[in-house]
Amino acid sequence: MKLNIALILVLFGVLTLLMEIGILNNFHRGLLVLVCINVILAVSLNLSAGFLGQLVLGHAAFMAVGAYTSAILSSRLGISGLGGFVFVLLAGGFAAALAGIVIGVPALRLRGDYVAIVTLGFGLIVQSILLNLGITGGADGLLGIPRLANFNVAFFTMVIVVGMLVALVRSRHGRAMIAIREDEIAAEASGVPTTWYKILGFTIAAFFAGIAGGLFAHRMSVLVPETFSFVYSIELLVIVVLGGMGSFTGAVVAAVVLTLLPELLREFGDFRMLTYSVLLVAMMIFRPKGLMGSYEFSIMQIVSKIKKKG
Amino acid sequence: MPLLEVTGMGVDFGGLRALSDFEITIEEGELVGLIGPNGAGKTTAFNLLTGVYEPTEGEIKLQGISIGGKKPYYINNLGIARTFQNIRLFKGLSVIENVKTAFHASMSYGLISGIFRLPKFWREEKAIHDEALELLDVFGMADMADANAGNLPYGKQRQLEIARALATHPKLLLLDEPAAGMNPSETQLLMDTIQLIRERFKIAILLIEHDMKLVMGICQRMVVLDYGMVIATGRPEEIKNNPRVIEAYLGE
Ligand SMILES: Nc1ncnc2c1ncn2[C@@H]1O[C@H](COP(=O)(O)OP(=O)(O)O)[C@@H](O)[C@H]1O
Ligand SMILES: [Mg+2]
Repeated sequence: MKLNIALILVLFGVLTLLMEIGILNNFHRGLLVLVCINVILAVSLNLSAGFLGQLVLGHAAFMAVGAYTSAILSSRLGISGLGGFVFVLLAGGFAAALAGIVIGVPALRLRGDYVAIVTLGFGLIVQSILLNLGITGGADGLLGIPRLANFNVAFFTMVIVVGMLVALVRSRHGRAMIAIREDEIAAEASGVPTTWYKILGFTIAAFFAGIAGGLFAHRMSVLVPETFSFVYSIELLVIVVLGGMGSFTGAVVAAVVLTLLPELLREFGDFRMLTYSVLLVAMMIFRPKGLMGSYEFSIMQIVSKIKKKG
Repeated sequence: MPLLEVTGMGVDFGGLRALSDFEITIEEGELVGLIGPNGAGKTTAFNLLTGVYEPTEGEIKLQGISIGGKKPYYINNLGIARTFQNIRLFKGLSVIENVKTAFHASMSYGLISGIFRLPKFWREEKAIHDEALELLDVFGMADMADANAGNLPYGKQRQLEIARALATHPKLLLLDEPAAGMNPSETQLLMDTIQLIRERFKIAILLIEHDMKLVMGICQRMVVLDYGMVIATGRPEEIKNNPRVIEAYLGE
Protein backbone atom coordinates (compact mmCIF):
# COMPACT_ATOMS: atom_id res chain seq x y z
CA MET A 1 0.00 0.00 0.00
CA LYS A 2 2.69 2.49 1.08
CA LEU A 3 4.83 1.29 -1.80
CA ASN A 4 1.97 1.87 -4.25
CA ILE A 5 1.47 5.42 -2.99
CA ALA A 6 5.20 6.08 -3.28
CA LEU A 7 5.19 4.74 -6.82
CA ILE A 8 2.26 6.97 -7.79
CA LEU A 9 3.95 10.04 -6.30
CA VAL A 10 7.15 9.25 -8.19
CA LEU A 11 5.19 8.97 -11.43
CA PHE A 12 3.47 12.27 -10.70
CA GLY A 13 6.80 13.90 -9.85
CA VAL A 14 8.47 12.68 -13.02
CA LEU A 15 5.60 13.87 -15.24
CA THR A 16 5.54 17.26 -13.51
CA LEU A 17 9.30 17.60 -13.91
CA LEU A 18 9.10 16.73 -17.62
CA MET A 19 6.49 19.45 -18.00
CA GLU A 20 8.53 21.98 -16.08
CA ILE A 21 11.66 21.50 -18.17
CA GLY A 22 9.63 21.55 -21.36
CA ILE A 23 10.12 17.99 -22.62
CA LEU A 24 6.35 17.63 -22.37
CA ASN A 25 4.66 20.65 -23.98
CA ASN A 26 1.14 21.98 -23.63
CA PHE A 27 -0.16 19.56 -26.22
CA HIS A 28 1.25 16.63 -24.26
CA ARG A 29 -0.17 18.04 -21.07
CA GLY A 30 -3.65 18.17 -22.59
CA LEU A 31 -3.19 14.65 -23.86
CA LEU A 32 -2.27 13.43 -20.39
CA VAL A 33 -5.45 14.95 -18.97
CA LEU A 34 -7.37 13.03 -21.61
CA VAL A 35 -5.50 9.87 -20.65
CA CYS A 36 -6.55 10.34 -17.01
CA ILE A 37 -10.16 10.84 -18.07
CA ASN A 38 -10.16 7.73 -20.23
CA VAL A 39 -8.57 5.73 -17.44
CA ILE A 40 -11.43 6.75 -15.12
CA LEU A 41 -13.94 5.78 -17.80
CA ALA A 42 -12.24 2.46 -18.45
CA VAL A 43 -11.94 1.37 -14.82
CA SER A 44 -15.51 2.40 -14.04
CA LEU A 45 -16.81 0.54 -17.09
CA ASN A 46 -14.72 -2.40 -16.01
CA LEU A 47 -16.70 -2.50 -12.78
CA SER A 48 -20.03 -2.90 -14.58
CA ALA A 49 -18.83 -4.83 -17.64
CA GLY A 50 -15.81 -6.73 -16.34
CA PHE A 51 -16.54 -7.48 -12.71
CA LEU A 52 -20.32 -7.47 -12.74
CA GLY A 53 -20.46 -9.00 -16.20
CA GLN A 54 -23.11 -6.71 -17.69
CA LEU A 55 -22.91 -5.70 -21.33
CA VAL A 56 -23.04 -1.90 -20.99
CA LEU A 57 -23.27 -0.15 -24.37
CA GLY A 58 -23.89 3.39 -23.13
CA HIS A 59 -21.05 4.32 -20.81
CA ALA A 60 -20.36 7.52 -22.75
CA ALA A 61 -23.94 8.61 -22.07
CA PHE A 62 -23.35 8.54 -18.31
CA MET A 63 -20.24 10.57 -18.97
CA ALA A 64 -22.39 13.04 -20.93
CA VAL A 65 -24.83 13.41 -18.05
CA GLY A 66 -21.95 14.23 -15.70
CA ALA A 67 -20.29 16.52 -18.22
CA TYR A 68 -23.35 18.63 -18.97
CA THR A 69 -24.56 18.72 -15.36
CA SER A 70 -21.26 19.94 -13.97
CA ALA A 71 -20.66 22.33 -16.88
CA ILE A 72 -24.08 23.98 -16.57
CA LEU A 73 -23.65 24.26 -12.81
CA SER A 74 -20.21 25.81 -12.96
CA SER A 75 -21.28 28.31 -15.63
CA ARG A 76 -24.44 29.26 -13.71
CA LEU A 77 -22.76 29.42 -10.32
CA GLY A 78 -19.63 31.15 -11.61
CA ILE A 79 -17.34 28.49 -10.18
CA SER A 80 -13.62 29.26 -10.34
CA GLY A 81 -11.81 27.69 -7.36
CA LEU A 82 -10.84 24.07 -6.64
CA GLY A 83 -13.49 23.68 -3.92
CA GLY A 84 -16.26 24.72 -6.26
CA PHE A 85 -14.87 22.51 -8.99
CA VAL A 86 -14.90 19.46 -6.72
CA PHE A 87 -18.49 20.31 -5.85
CA VAL A 88 -19.66 20.45 -9.48
CA LEU A 89 -17.71 17.28 -10.31
CA LEU A 90 -19.53 15.45 -7.52
CA ALA A 91 -22.83 16.92 -8.67
CA GLY A 92 -22.12 15.57 -12.17
CA GLY A 93 -21.28 12.20 -10.66
CA PHE A 94 -24.51 12.08 -8.70
CA ALA A 95 -26.57 13.11 -11.72
CA ALA A 96 -25.02 10.25 -13.70
CA ALA A 97 -25.59 7.87 -10.79
CA LEU A 98 -29.23 8.91 -10.69
CA ALA A 99 -29.52 8.17 -14.41
CA GLY A 100 -27.86 4.84 -13.63
CA ILE A 101 -30.51 3.99 -11.06
CA VAL A 102 -33.37 5.09 -13.28
CA ILE A 103 -32.35 2.84 -16.17
CA GLY A 104 -30.60 0.19 -14.07
CA VAL A 105 -33.54 -0.73 -11.87
CA PRO A 106 -35.84 -1.91 -14.66
CA ALA A 107 -33.03 -3.38 -16.81
CA LEU A 108 -31.14 -5.26 -14.11
CA ARG A 109 -34.10 -6.85 -12.40
CA LEU A 110 -34.37 -9.09 -15.41
CA ARG A 111 -31.77 -11.68 -16.19
CA GLY A 112 -30.32 -11.73 -19.68
CA ASP A 113 -29.29 -9.22 -22.28
CA TYR A 114 -31.73 -6.44 -21.46
CA VAL A 115 -28.87 -4.33 -20.16
CA ALA A 116 -27.26 -4.14 -23.60
CA ILE A 117 -30.50 -3.03 -25.24
CA VAL A 118 -31.48 -0.60 -22.50
CA THR A 119 -28.05 1.06 -22.26
CA LEU A 120 -27.90 1.30 -26.03
CA GLY A 121 -31.29 3.01 -26.05
CA PHE A 122 -30.28 5.22 -23.16
CA GLY A 123 -27.25 6.45 -25.13
CA LEU A 124 -29.43 7.42 -28.07
CA ILE A 125 -31.98 9.14 -25.86
CA VAL A 126 -29.34 11.16 -24.03
CA GLN A 127 -27.88 12.33 -27.33
CA SER A 128 -31.22 13.43 -28.69
CA ILE A 129 -32.10 15.22 -25.44
CA LEU A 130 -28.78 17.07 -25.53
CA LEU A 131 -29.41 18.05 -29.15
CA ASN A 132 -32.87 19.41 -28.45
CA LEU A 133 -32.70 21.01 -25.05
CA GLY A 134 -32.14 24.79 -24.75
CA ILE A 135 -30.04 24.62 -21.63
CA THR A 136 -27.49 22.29 -23.24
CA GLY A 137 -26.95 24.56 -26.24
CA GLY A 138 -28.35 21.98 -28.68
CA ALA A 139 -26.24 21.13 -31.70
CA ASP A 140 -24.20 24.33 -31.32
CA GLY A 141 -22.86 22.96 -28.10
CA LEU A 142 -22.27 24.33 -24.64
CA LEU A 143 -19.57 27.00 -24.72
CA GLY A 144 -17.44 28.95 -22.29
CA ILE A 145 -17.05 26.27 -19.61
CA PRO A 146 -14.24 27.36 -17.24
CA ARG A 147 -11.03 25.42 -17.85
CA LEU A 148 -10.58 24.07 -14.37
CA ALA A 149 -9.39 20.55 -15.10
CA ASN A 150 -5.63 20.84 -15.12
CA PHE A 151 -3.23 17.91 -15.05
CA ASN A 152 -2.93 17.86 -11.25
CA VAL A 153 -6.66 17.63 -10.65
CA ALA A 154 -7.14 15.01 -13.37
CA PHE A 155 -4.23 12.91 -12.17
CA PHE A 156 -5.28 12.79 -8.53
CA THR A 157 -8.93 12.25 -9.35
CA MET A 158 -7.84 9.28 -11.44
CA VAL A 159 -5.68 7.91 -8.63
CA ILE A 160 -8.51 8.24 -6.11
CA VAL A 161 -11.06 6.59 -8.42
CA VAL A 162 -8.78 3.67 -9.27
CA GLY A 163 -7.90 3.25 -5.59
CA MET A 164 -11.53 3.24 -4.52
CA LEU A 165 -12.58 0.75 -7.19
CA VAL A 166 -9.70 -1.62 -6.42
CA ALA A 167 -10.65 -1.49 -2.72
CA LEU A 168 -14.30 -2.03 -3.60
CA VAL A 169 -13.80 -5.19 -5.62
CA ARG A 170 -11.66 -6.63 -2.84
CA SER A 171 -14.39 -6.25 -0.24
CA ARG A 172 -17.47 -8.38 0.44
CA HIS A 173 -19.39 -6.08 -1.89
CA GLY A 174 -16.97 -6.65 -4.74
CA ARG A 175 -16.96 -10.35 -4.04
CA ALA A 176 -20.74 -10.34 -4.38
CA MET A 177 -20.48 -8.57 -7.75
CA ILE A 178 -17.85 -10.98 -9.08
CA ALA A 179 -19.96 -13.93 -7.93
CA ILE A 180 -22.83 -12.56 -10.03
CA ARG A 181 -20.62 -12.58 -13.10
CA GLU A 182 -19.44 -16.11 -12.35
CA ASP A 183 -22.88 -17.60 -11.72
CA GLU A 184 -25.87 -15.49 -10.84
CA ILE A 185 -28.04 -18.37 -9.61
CA ALA A 186 -25.30 -19.73 -7.37
CA ALA A 187 -24.59 -16.23 -6.03
CA GLU A 188 -28.22 -15.76 -5.10
CA ALA A 189 -28.35 -19.23 -3.54
CA SER A 190 -25.29 -18.29 -1.48
CA GLY A 191 -27.19 -15.44 0.13
CA VAL A 192 -26.17 -12.59 -2.18
CA PRO A 193 -29.00 -10.19 -3.09
CA THR A 194 -28.00 -10.16 -6.73
CA THR A 195 -30.45 -7.56 -8.01
CA TRP A 196 -29.31 -5.09 -5.38
CA TYR A 197 -25.64 -5.64 -6.19
CA LYS A 198 -26.19 -5.35 -9.92
CA ILE A 199 -27.89 -2.02 -9.42
CA LEU A 200 -25.22 -0.90 -6.94
CA GLY A 201 -22.29 -1.77 -9.20
CA PHE A 202 -23.98 -0.32 -12.25
CA THR A 203 -24.74 2.91 -10.35
CA ILE A 204 -21.22 3.28 -8.99
CA ALA A 205 -19.86 2.80 -12.51
CA ALA A 206 -22.23 5.50 -13.77
CA PHE A 207 -21.17 7.80 -10.93
CA PHE A 208 -17.50 7.66 -11.88
CA ALA A 209 -18.32 8.03 -15.57
CA GLY A 210 -20.11 11.23 -14.54
CA ILE A 211 -17.00 12.42 -12.70
CA ALA A 212 -14.93 11.72 -15.81
CA GLY A 213 -17.48 13.71 -17.82
CA GLY A 214 -17.07 16.67 -15.48
CA LEU A 215 -13.31 16.61 -15.92
CA PHE A 216 -13.74 16.37 -19.67
CA ALA A 217 -16.12 19.35 -19.79
CA HIS A 218 -13.77 21.51 -17.76
CA ARG A 219 -10.84 20.48 -19.87
CA MET A 220 -12.39 21.07 -23.30
CA SER A 221 -14.40 24.15 -22.29
CA VAL A 222 -16.83 23.21 -25.09
CA LEU A 223 -19.31 20.33 -25.15
CA VAL A 224 -21.11 19.00 -28.21
CA PRO A 225 -23.52 16.04 -28.12
CA GLU A 226 -21.72 14.10 -30.88
CA THR A 227 -18.75 13.51 -28.59
CA PHE A 228 -20.79 11.15 -26.44
CA SER A 229 -21.91 8.92 -29.26
CA PHE A 230 -22.36 5.18 -29.43
CA VAL A 231 -18.90 4.99 -31.02
CA TYR A 232 -17.28 6.39 -27.87
CA SER A 233 -19.16 3.87 -25.72
CA ILE A 234 -17.86 1.10 -27.95
CA GLU A 235 -14.31 2.45 -27.86
CA LEU A 236 -14.48 2.31 -24.06
CA LEU A 237 -15.77 -1.23 -24.17
CA VAL A 238 -12.91 -2.12 -26.51
CA ILE A 239 -10.46 -0.73 -23.97
CA VAL A 240 -11.98 -2.89 -21.23
CA VAL A 241 -12.06 -6.01 -23.37
CA LEU A 242 -8.50 -5.46 -24.59
CA GLY A 243 -7.24 -4.85 -21.07
CA GLY A 244 -8.99 -7.91 -19.72
CA MET A 245 -12.49 -8.01 -18.28
CA GLY A 246 -12.02 -7.94 -14.57
CA SER A 247 -8.50 -6.50 -14.43
CA PHE A 248 -8.08 -2.86 -13.43
CA THR A 249 -4.42 -3.05 -14.37
CA GLY A 250 -5.41 -4.11 -17.85
CA ALA A 251 -8.02 -1.36 -18.12
CA VAL A 252 -5.49 1.28 -17.09
CA VAL A 253 -2.81 0.04 -19.50
CA ALA A 254 -5.28 -0.30 -22.37
CA ALA A 255 -6.76 3.14 -21.70
CA VAL A 256 -3.32 4.76 -21.71
CA VAL A 257 -2.18 2.98 -24.86
CA LEU A 258 -5.40 3.43 -26.81
CA THR A 259 -5.61 7.12 -25.92
CA LEU A 260 -2.02 7.85 -26.87
CA LEU A 261 -1.75 5.57 -29.90
CA PRO A 262 -4.13 7.39 -32.23
CA GLU A 263 -2.66 10.76 -31.23
CA LEU A 264 0.88 9.61 -31.75
CA LEU A 265 -0.02 7.99 -35.08
CA ARG A 266 -1.97 10.93 -36.43
CA GLU A 267 -1.22 10.12 -40.04
CA PHE A 268 -3.38 7.03 -39.72
CA GLY A 269 -6.33 9.39 -39.26
CA ASP A 270 -9.33 7.60 -40.67
CA PHE A 271 -7.74 4.25 -40.14
CA ARG A 272 -8.24 4.57 -36.40
CA MET A 273 -11.36 2.47 -36.28
CA LEU A 274 -9.73 -0.02 -38.62
CA THR A 275 -6.69 -0.29 -36.36
CA TYR A 276 -9.05 -0.79 -33.44
CA SER A 277 -10.88 -3.58 -35.18
CA VAL A 278 -7.70 -5.30 -36.27
CA LEU A 279 -6.29 -5.01 -32.76
CA LEU A 280 -9.47 -6.43 -31.33
CA VAL A 281 -9.53 -9.38 -33.69
CA ALA A 282 -5.86 -10.06 -33.04
CA MET A 283 -6.47 -9.97 -29.30
CA MET A 284 -9.40 -12.34 -29.58
CA ILE A 285 -7.16 -14.79 -31.38
CA PHE A 286 -3.99 -14.48 -29.32
CA ARG A 287 -5.20 -13.34 -25.90
CA PRO A 288 -8.91 -14.10 -25.66
CA LYS A 289 -8.99 -13.09 -22.01
CA GLY A 290 -7.48 -9.68 -22.74
CA LEU A 291 -4.04 -8.31 -22.15
CA MET A 292 -4.08 -9.09 -18.44
CA GLY A 293 -6.90 -11.61 -18.06
CA SER A 294 -7.87 -11.00 -14.46
CA TYR A 295 -4.28 -10.42 -13.36
CA GLU A 296 -3.61 -7.37 -11.19
CA PHE A 297 -0.25 -5.67 -11.01
CA SER A 298 1.08 -5.63 -7.47
CA ILE A 299 4.45 -4.21 -6.59
CA MET A 300 4.43 -6.20 -3.35
CA GLN A 301 4.07 -9.48 -5.22
CA ILE A 302 6.95 -8.59 -7.47
CA VAL A 303 9.13 -7.60 -4.54
CA SER A 304 8.39 -10.85 -2.72
CA LYS A 305 9.10 -12.86 -5.87
CA ILE A 306 12.47 -11.19 -6.27
CA LYS A 307 13.24 -11.81 -2.60
CA LYS A 308 12.42 -15.49 -2.97
CA LYS A 309 14.77 -15.83 -5.91
CA GLY A 310 17.58 -13.92 -4.19
CA MET B 1 -42.54 -26.49 15.79
CA PRO B 2 -40.88 -28.41 12.93
CA LEU B 3 -37.97 -26.78 11.13
CA LEU B 4 -39.58 -27.10 7.73
CA GLU B 5 -43.23 -27.73 7.01
CA VAL B 6 -44.46 -27.99 3.45
CA THR B 7 -48.09 -28.62 2.56
CA GLY B 8 -49.87 -28.95 -0.77
CA MET B 9 -46.95 -27.55 -2.77
CA GLY B 10 -47.24 -27.79 -6.54
CA VAL B 11 -46.05 -26.18 -9.74
CA ASP B 12 -47.09 -26.02 -13.37
CA PHE B 13 -44.64 -25.36 -16.16
CA GLY B 14 -46.95 -24.08 -18.86
CA GLY B 15 -49.35 -26.98 -18.58
CA LEU B 16 -46.79 -29.55 -17.48
CA ARG B 17 -47.56 -30.56 -13.91
CA ALA B 18 -44.03 -31.09 -12.56
CA LEU B 19 -45.03 -31.42 -8.93
CA SER B 20 -48.34 -31.65 -7.12
CA ASP B 21 -49.49 -31.85 -3.54
CA PHE B 22 -45.96 -32.19 -2.22
CA GLU B 23 -45.74 -32.60 1.53
CA ILE B 24 -42.77 -32.87 3.82
CA THR B 25 -41.97 -32.10 7.44
CA ILE B 26 -38.41 -31.93 8.69
CA GLU B 27 -37.41 -31.62 12.34
CA GLU B 28 -34.26 -29.88 13.47
CA GLY B 29 -31.15 -31.97 12.97
CA GLU B 30 -32.95 -34.63 10.96
CA LEU B 31 -31.50 -36.35 7.89
CA VAL B 32 -34.23 -37.04 5.36
CA GLY B 33 -33.87 -38.64 1.95
CA LEU B 34 -35.83 -37.51 -1.08
CA ILE B 35 -35.77 -40.27 -3.65
CA GLY B 36 -37.49 -41.14 -6.88
CA PRO B 37 -36.75 -42.10 -10.48
CA ASN B 38 -35.28 -39.58 -12.92
CA GLY B 39 -37.74 -36.85 -13.84
CA ALA B 40 -39.87 -37.48 -10.76
CA GLY B 41 -39.67 -33.84 -9.65
CA LYS B 42 -36.98 -33.95 -6.95
CA THR B 43 -34.92 -31.04 -8.26
CA THR B 44 -38.12 -29.12 -8.92
CA ALA B 45 -39.02 -29.52 -5.25
CA PHE B 46 -35.63 -28.04 -4.32
CA ASN B 47 -36.13 -25.17 -6.73
CA LEU B 48 -39.47 -24.36 -5.11
CA LEU B 49 -38.07 -24.62 -1.58
CA THR B 50 -35.18 -22.28 -2.41
CA GLY B 51 -37.16 -19.70 -4.38
CA VAL B 52 -35.73 -20.44 -7.82
CA TYR B 53 -39.32 -21.03 -8.95
CA GLU B 54 -42.49 -19.77 -7.40
CA PRO B 55 -44.92 -22.53 -6.38
CA THR B 56 -48.27 -22.41 -8.15
CA GLU B 57 -49.92 -23.46 -4.90
CA GLY B 58 -49.18 -24.67 -1.41
CA GLU B 59 -47.39 -23.42 1.64
CA ILE B 60 -43.75 -23.57 2.71
CA LYS B 61 -42.91 -22.66 6.30
CA LEU B 62 -39.45 -22.42 7.77
CA GLN B 63 -39.70 -22.21 11.56
CA GLY B 64 -43.22 -20.91 11.12
CA ILE B 65 -42.26 -18.20 8.61
CA SER B 66 -43.90 -18.50 5.22
CA ILE B 67 -41.21 -18.46 2.49
CA GLY B 68 -43.08 -19.63 -0.62
CA GLY B 69 -42.22 -17.47 -3.63
CA LYS B 70 -39.65 -15.38 -1.74
CA LYS B 71 -36.30 -14.49 -3.33
CA PRO B 72 -33.58 -17.15 -3.16
CA TYR B 73 -31.09 -14.96 -1.28
CA TYR B 74 -33.75 -14.16 1.33
CA ILE B 75 -34.59 -17.81 1.83
CA ASN B 76 -30.89 -18.53 2.14
CA ASN B 77 -30.49 -15.78 4.74
CA LEU B 78 -33.33 -17.36 6.71
CA GLY B 79 -31.50 -20.67 6.83
CA ILE B 80 -31.88 -22.91 3.77
CA ALA B 81 -28.75 -23.63 1.74
CA ARG B 82 -28.39 -25.92 -1.23
CA THR B 83 -26.13 -27.52 -3.78
CA PHE B 84 -26.99 -28.07 -7.43
CA GLN B 85 -27.33 -31.26 -9.41
CA ASN B 86 -25.14 -29.78 -12.15
CA ILE B 87 -22.42 -28.23 -10.03
CA ARG B 88 -22.55 -24.43 -9.96
CA LEU B 89 -19.28 -23.13 -8.60
CA PHE B 90 -17.72 -19.74 -9.20
CA LYS B 91 -15.31 -21.49 -11.56
CA GLY B 92 -13.01 -18.56 -12.25
CA LEU B 93 -12.38 -17.89 -8.56
CA SER B 94 -10.13 -19.59 -6.08
CA VAL B 95 -11.46 -22.26 -3.74
CA ILE B 96 -11.37 -19.97 -0.73
CA GLU B 97 -13.05 -17.09 -2.57
CA ASN B 98 -15.91 -19.45 -3.40
CA VAL B 99 -16.43 -20.06 0.30
CA LYS B 100 -15.88 -16.43 1.32
CA THR B 101 -18.58 -15.26 -1.07
CA ALA B 102 -21.08 -17.32 0.88
CA PHE B 103 -20.17 -15.51 4.11
CA HIS B 104 -21.70 -12.40 2.62
CA ALA B 105 -24.69 -12.28 4.91
CA SER B 106 -22.67 -13.08 8.03
CA MET B 107 -20.69 -9.90 7.53
CA SER B 108 -22.08 -6.47 8.19
CA TYR B 109 -19.45 -3.87 7.25
CA GLY B 110 -20.77 -1.29 4.81
CA LEU B 111 -19.61 0.08 1.49
CA ILE B 112 -17.67 2.91 3.14
CA SER B 113 -15.87 0.57 5.55
CA GLY B 114 -14.98 -1.61 2.58
CA ILE B 115 -13.71 1.13 0.29
CA PHE B 116 -11.79 3.02 2.96
CA ARG B 117 -10.57 -0.09 4.75
CA LEU B 118 -11.92 0.89 8.17
CA PRO B 119 -11.18 -1.33 11.20
CA LYS B 120 -14.48 -3.18 10.87
CA PHE B 121 -13.44 -4.34 7.40
CA TRP B 122 -10.19 -5.87 8.64
CA ARG B 123 -11.82 -7.45 11.66
CA GLU B 124 -14.58 -9.18 9.71
CA GLU B 125 -12.40 -10.17 6.78
CA LYS B 126 -9.87 -11.77 9.13
CA ALA B 127 -12.64 -13.66 10.91
CA ILE B 128 -14.16 -15.11 7.75
CA HIS B 129 -10.75 -15.95 6.32
CA ASP B 130 -10.11 -18.15 9.35
CA GLU B 131 -13.59 -19.60 9.28
CA ALA B 132 -13.30 -20.37 5.56
CA LEU B 133 -10.06 -22.27 6.11
CA GLU B 134 -11.63 -24.19 8.98
CA LEU B 135 -14.56 -25.15 6.79
CA LEU B 136 -12.28 -26.27 3.96
CA ASP B 137 -10.37 -28.33 6.47
CA VAL B 138 -13.51 -30.34 7.23
CA PHE B 139 -13.32 -31.52 3.62
CA GLY B 140 -9.54 -31.86 3.67
CA MET B 141 -9.27 -29.00 1.22
CA ALA B 142 -7.46 -26.34 3.25
CA ASP B 143 -4.27 -26.88 1.27
CA MET B 144 -6.14 -26.20 -1.98
CA ALA B 145 -7.48 -22.85 -0.78
CA ASP B 146 -5.76 -20.88 -3.53
CA ALA B 147 -6.39 -23.34 -6.35
CA ASN B 148 -8.79 -22.36 -9.10
CA ALA B 149 -12.19 -23.89 -8.35
CA GLY B 150 -12.76 -24.81 -11.99
CA ASN B 151 -9.58 -26.89 -12.04
CA LEU B 152 -10.53 -29.13 -9.12
CA PRO B 153 -11.30 -32.78 -9.79
CA TYR B 154 -15.00 -33.52 -10.00
CA GLY B 155 -15.40 -35.01 -6.53
CA LYS B 156 -13.66 -32.05 -4.93
CA GLN B 157 -15.91 -29.65 -6.81
CA ARG B 158 -18.93 -31.33 -5.28
CA GLN B 159 -17.39 -31.06 -1.84
CA LEU B 160 -16.50 -27.41 -2.35
CA GLU B 161 -20.10 -26.75 -3.23
CA ILE B 162 -21.18 -28.30 0.06
CA ALA B 163 -18.57 -26.23 1.92
CA ARG B 164 -19.87 -23.09 0.23
CA ALA B 165 -23.44 -23.95 1.23
CA LEU B 166 -22.34 -24.53 4.83
CA ALA B 167 -20.65 -21.13 4.88
CA THR B 168 -24.08 -19.50 4.79
CA HIS B 169 -24.76 -21.03 8.23
CA PRO B 170 -27.89 -22.93 7.23
CA LYS B 171 -30.34 -24.68 9.51
CA LEU B 172 -31.36 -26.91 6.63
CA LEU B 173 -29.04 -28.11 3.89
CA LEU B 174 -30.46 -29.40 0.62
CA LEU B 175 -28.13 -31.69 -1.33
CA ASP B 176 -29.09 -32.50 -4.92
CA GLU B 177 -27.54 -35.82 -5.93
CA PRO B 178 -24.19 -35.10 -4.30
CA ALA B 179 -22.93 -38.56 -5.22
CA ALA B 180 -23.67 -38.24 -8.93
CA GLY B 181 -20.67 -39.18 -11.03
CA MET B 182 -18.69 -40.61 -8.12
CA ASN B 183 -17.30 -44.12 -7.88
CA PRO B 184 -18.48 -46.41 -5.03
CA SER B 185 -15.60 -45.63 -2.67
CA GLU B 186 -15.93 -41.88 -3.22
CA THR B 187 -19.65 -42.24 -2.63
CA GLN B 188 -19.12 -44.06 0.65
CA LEU B 189 -16.71 -41.35 1.76
CA LEU B 190 -19.25 -38.70 0.85
CA MET B 191 -22.02 -40.39 2.82
CA ASP B 192 -19.70 -40.44 5.85
CA THR B 193 -18.96 -36.74 5.35
CA ILE B 194 -22.66 -35.97 5.19
CA GLN B 195 -23.20 -37.73 8.52
CA LEU B 196 -20.26 -35.85 9.95
CA ILE B 197 -21.37 -32.39 8.92
CA ARG B 198 -24.84 -33.05 10.23
CA GLU B 199 -23.46 -33.81 13.67
CA ARG B 200 -20.78 -31.16 13.64
CA PHE B 201 -22.89 -28.27 12.38
CA LYS B 202 -26.10 -29.48 14.03
CA ILE B 203 -28.16 -28.98 10.90
CA ALA B 204 -30.96 -30.82 9.20
CA ILE B 205 -30.25 -32.28 5.76
CA LEU B 206 -32.57 -33.16 2.92
CA LEU B 207 -30.74 -35.41 0.53
CA ILE B 208 -31.79 -36.14 -3.04
CA GLU B 209 -30.60 -39.37 -4.50
CA HIS B 210 -32.10 -41.45 -7.21
CA ASP B 211 -30.25 -44.59 -6.15
CA MET B 212 -32.44 -45.77 -3.28
CA LYS B 213 -29.93 -48.18 -1.71
CA LEU B 214 -27.38 -45.42 -1.25
CA VAL B 215 -29.42 -43.38 1.19
CA MET B 216 -31.17 -46.23 3.00
CA GLY B 217 -28.29 -46.55 5.42
CA ILE B 218 -28.02 -42.99 6.56
CA CYS B 219 -31.49 -41.46 6.41
CA GLN B 220 -33.91 -41.49 9.29
CA ARG B 221 -36.87 -40.90 7.06
CA MET B 222 -37.51 -40.94 3.36
CA VAL B 223 -39.93 -39.34 0.95
CA VAL B 224 -40.47 -41.03 -2.40
CA LEU B 225 -41.56 -39.11 -5.47
CA ASP B 226 -42.88 -40.47 -8.74
CA TYR B 227 -44.39 -38.45 -11.58
CA GLY B 228 -44.47 -35.34 -9.40
CA MET B 229 -46.40 -36.99 -6.57
CA VAL B 230 -45.38 -38.26 -3.16
CA ILE B 231 -46.03 -42.01 -3.28
CA ALA B 232 -44.57 -42.95 0.09
CA THR B 233 -43.15 -41.48 3.27
CA GLY B 234 -41.58 -43.30 6.19
CA ARG B 235 -38.60 -45.04 7.71
CA PRO B 236 -36.19 -46.78 5.29
CA GLU B 237 -37.45 -50.27 6.25
CA GLU B 238 -41.01 -49.26 5.49
CA ILE B 239 -40.03 -47.71 2.19
CA LYS B 240 -38.04 -50.72 1.09
CA ASN B 241 -41.07 -53.00 1.22
CA ASN B 242 -43.66 -50.55 -0.04
CA PRO B 243 -45.25 -52.06 -3.18
CA ARG B 244 -45.76 -48.66 -4.87
CA VAL B 245 -42.12 -47.81 -4.41
CA ILE B 246 -41.00 -51.14 -5.77
CA GLU B 247 -43.24 -50.65 -8.76
CA ALA B 248 -41.93 -47.15 -9.44
CA TYR B 249 -38.35 -48.36 -9.36
CA LEU B 250 -39.05 -51.50 -11.40
CA GLY B 251 -40.56 -49.34 -14.09
CA GLU B 252 -37.31 -47.45 -14.47
N1 LIG C 1 -38.06 -24.99 -15.78
C1 LIG C 1 -38.78 -26.04 -16.25
N2 LIG C 1 -39.60 -25.88 -17.30
C2 LIG C 1 -40.31 -26.91 -17.79
N3 LIG C 1 -40.25 -28.16 -17.29
C3 LIG C 1 -39.45 -28.40 -16.24
C4 LIG C 1 -38.64 -27.35 -15.69
N4 LIG C 1 -37.93 -27.88 -14.65
C5 LIG C 1 -38.26 -29.18 -14.59
N5 LIG C 1 -39.17 -29.50 -15.54
C6 LIG C 1 -39.77 -30.82 -15.76
O1 LIG C 1 -40.25 -31.29 -14.51
C7 LIG C 1 -40.06 -32.69 -14.41
C8 LIG C 1 -39.28 -33.00 -13.17
O2 LIG C 1 -37.92 -32.64 -13.34
P1 LIG C 1 -36.85 -32.68 -12.18
O3 LIG C 1 -37.41 -32.02 -10.98
O4 LIG C 1 -35.59 -32.14 -12.71
O5 LIG C 1 -36.71 -34.25 -11.92
P2 LIG C 1 -35.68 -35.04 -11.01
O6 LIG C 1 -34.79 -34.06 -10.31
O7 LIG C 1 -36.53 -35.82 -10.07
O8 LIG C 1 -34.92 -35.94 -11.92
C9 LIG C 1 -39.38 -33.14 -15.69
O9 LIG C 1 -40.35 -33.63 -16.56
C10 LIG C 1 -38.78 -31.87 -16.22
O10 LIG C 1 -38.67 -31.90 -17.61
MG1 LIG D 1 -32.80 -33.79 -10.48
